[in-house]
Amino acid sequence: MEINKHYFDTIIIGSGLAGCRAAIECIENGTVGVLSKLYPTRSHSTAAQGGIGAALGNEEEDSPEWHTYDTVKGSDFLGDQDAIEIMCYDAIPTIIELEHMGVPFSRTVEGKIAQRRFGGHTRDFGKAPVRRACYSADRTGHAVLFALYEQCQLRGVRFFQEFQVIDIVIENQAIQGVIAINIKDGSIHVFEAKIVIIASGGYGKIFKVTSNAYASTGECLSMLFRQGLPLEDMEFFQFHPTGLYGLGILITEGARGEGGILINGKGERFMERYAPTIKDLAPRDMVSRAILSEIREGRGIDGQDYVYLDLRHVDKKILHERLPEITTFCKIYMGIDPSEAPIPVVPTAHYAMGGIPTDIDGRVLRDVDGSFVQGLFAAGECACVSVHGANRLGCNSLLDTVVFGRRAGKAASSILKSSTKGKVKKERLALIIECLEMLKNNKGKETVASIRKELQQAMMDKCSVFRTEEELKLLVDEIKTLKERYKEIEITDKSKTFNTDLLEAIELGHMLTLAEVIASSALQRTESRGAHYREDYPKRDDENWMKHTLAFQTEKGITFKYKPVKITRFKPEERKY
Amino acid sequence: MIKYYTFKIKRYLPNETPKTRWDEFRVKLNNMERVLDGLIKIKETMDGTLTFRKSCAHGVCGSCAMKINGKNRLACQTLVKDLPEIIEIEPLPSLPVIKDLVVDMTLFFQKNDKVLPYLINEEPPPQRERIQSPQDQHKILESITCIMCGSCTTSCPVFWSDKEYLGPSALLKAYRFLFDTRDKATEQRLKAITGQDGIWRCHSIFNCVEVCPKEIDITKHILKLKRLAIKKGFKGGQE
Ligand SMILES: Cc1cc2nc3c(=O)[nH]c(=O)nc-3n(C[C@H](O)[C@H](O)[C@H](O)COP(=O)(O)OP(=O)(O)OC[C@H]3O[C@@H](n4cnc5c(N)ncnc54)[C@H](O)[C@@H]3O)c2cc1C
Ligand code: SF4
Ligand code: FES
Repeated sequence: MEINKHYFDTIIIGSGLAGCRAAIECIENGTVGVLSKLYPTRSHSTAAQGGIGAALGNEEEDSPEWHTYDTVKGSDFLGDQDAIEIMCYDAIPTIIELEHMGVPFSRTVEGKIAQRRFGGHTRDFGKAPVRRACYSADRTGHAVLFALYEQCQLRGVRFFQEFQVIDIVIENQAIQGVIAINIKDGSIHVFEAKIVIIASGGYGKIFKVTSNAYASTGECLSMLFRQGLPLEDMEFFQFHPTGLYGLGILITEGARGEGGILINGKGERFMERYAPTIKDLAPRDMVSRAILSEIREGRGIDGQDYVYLDLRHVDKKILHERLPEITTFCKIYMGIDPSEAPIPVVPTAHYAMGGIPTDIDGRVLRDVDGSFVQGLFAAGECACVSVHGANRLGCNSLLDTVVFGRRAGKAASSILKSSTKGKVKKERLALIIECLEMLKNNKGKETVASIRKELQQAMMDKCSVFRTEEELKLLVDEIKTLKERYKEIEITDKSKTFNTDLLEAIELGHMLTLAEVIASSALQRTESRGAHYREDYPKRDDENWMKHTLAFQTEKGITFKYKPVKITRFKPEERKY
Repeated sequence: MIKYYTFKIKRYLPNETPKTRWDEFRVKLNNMERVLDGLIKIKETMDGTLTFRKSCAHGVCGSCAMKINGKNRLACQTLVKDLPEIIEIEPLPSLPVIKDLVVDMTLFFQKNDKVLPYLINEEPPPQRERIQSPQDQHKILESITCIMCGSCTTSCPVFWSDKEYLGPSALLKAYRFLFDTRDKATEQRLKAITGQDGIWRCHSIFNCVEVCPKEIDITKHILKLKRLAIKKGFKGGQE
């Protein structure tokens, strides 16, 4: 088989916000190749709707200190405060820089970047909601991604679009390069590099109902895990309160930021009971639990399993100007006009707080002692810095991608000169090719689709908003069985050209690995914190669990180590809103 | 309500003979499901070789544009209940087909590259954001919603007959920067779009407007470009 070899100083996996922002930094100092299994602007960052957080204070008084406090509290005190502080203070110059790069933000009457309210973002340490989310109508991700991609093009970043990474090569505790398939013709490409930055996004597709794209499958995390590297805080997966009923398509929190309210089957604004001060703008973990509690207690709409998001009282002009996209979604997919009818919603799997552990400069950690993999970085949703702790606040993820994408890029550039070129050994490549061939020619009675469906359903039933030991144990067993069954899969497409059948099979293998990590991590954390809610341990337990989980693959199966939480300014307190 | 639909799909399998054929599949779908759901069902349960692009599944990434019952549309934004029982699907026209419904979009993206698709402003930036009034921002509002799906350009008869033509999508991109008050490359960019493959080739046929899934009035934007070009002294055709 003919192998195509490439060398770049820096290889970036992923062309979402984090990848593109890192590339802009790296291209200043060397050659950069960005690999993406999608055309760059089709990355899931483009789907982000509501906004990107920064205490610009354009609409009312605000401060990065309040932003820091809100983020710490939102994280249920599991976020590392040094990293959070960096993010919230860096937010201001980072957003200004995005504006200079061309992001078409919506504007205030004075022509400044417009800002709106978002869940958990408050004035003066929790007194009232504050306008902090910078937005471009409800297409913020799209606006930022295009601008960043365009700037990459201007600066000469090389993109390898529709290249799917199938191996991240680490040897002697240093990065060597990556191996990828060119989807178009099935050819294998080896990219050797001094630096690799992983910016491969989230993995919501592990759950049945999700706001995430088909491409959000998380294989890059699994590739590291299988090589013995840890994954951090994987038990924390965010369910966004307002997914369109039956579809999971997101209705941005910005809808509540602009005045939308949640109502139950009795017509009550139930969030008043759960979060008396900021009500519908409470953090997502709380709102999602509240919605499902209402449903469980029989107060869904007509006793069914959804509630309403009501925007009927919101000025039509605001809907038209600031929420046009979600208005269109409701019309197209549900046949309803939000200015005339309430929107049926339920929580939808949305965001991975956990991921590849990194330090504040994106260096990928190898162990709890702070040692790292030479030349390997990660940023964006795939990484866990950790700024979101147990629960991310809305509009903090886009911020995380650009702040830490930029920092990772800078840190990577600073070690470029002193780094050696990676080398991908022949044996490694041969092994990967052999695995591919085996997968392609495997005979058996299982299909990718059926295993994937069962996995997604099981994760949804047993590992979503409410969890118990009993169910999690069953889930871990179920995943193990699915992993066995995976060995029996047979794919139909044997061709080289655009073989999505094969690529999905590879993805599924990794999804099973990640699912087991998520379920096992959830099982071992016997407390409730942020998005991880254990019905059998309903209280937060700071004494035993104020620490990050690091899951490792060993011969004995998945094992855990722990890392202390960095607490600087804000002492843990009870989380009330 | 659940109903059976017949999907008639134009296949293109480069390694089989004949390369091209039409296949039919019967699929059961409910009235909330979209053409994309139908294609996925076929791939999952009937023919794993069926190939198409997809990602966001709600009309924001631009991956899944294809010709459905004679019109370019997004498979993930087209509900089956709005279509007749027989659903005929082909790849986007006038681009080389890679496999089944997947076309090679290289040419389409290259058009874009020609219009300098990035904000150019070499003045040192201010400390804070550049000021832009909401009215000025509104001028580019429609144009920034483009998701690069390719429906417009591949529905344009001018593009069909001449692959050198920049086409609606790239021209819309040029508009997005030319009408952004922060951009300073007016002359350069007008030069790029007023050559013989540029704006003057648009005959206002409106096919693009008819198919755009984001309902962008592309022709109106091209007309504004023409007006700007004339105002700035770039005259028809040979600049
Ligand atoms: C519907 C929706 C709305 C959201 N709204 C907001 C919001 O308003 N505010 C906010 O702050 N956050 C929001 N979020 C969260 C935020 O959008 C994401 O967390 C963020 O965009 C992730 O960016 P990223 O760069 O890390 O990854 P992504 O944008 O997901 O990019 C991942 C990249 O990795 C590539 N990739 C993955 N695997 C491979 C592989 N094996 N080989 C090659 N390439 C690969 C993909 O092609 C892609 O380019 C939203 C999320 C969703 C789903
Ligand atoms: S203008 Fe419309 S049809 Fe053309 S590429 Fe953009 S979104 Fe698609
Ligand atoms: S899948 Fe993204 S537009 Fe259809």
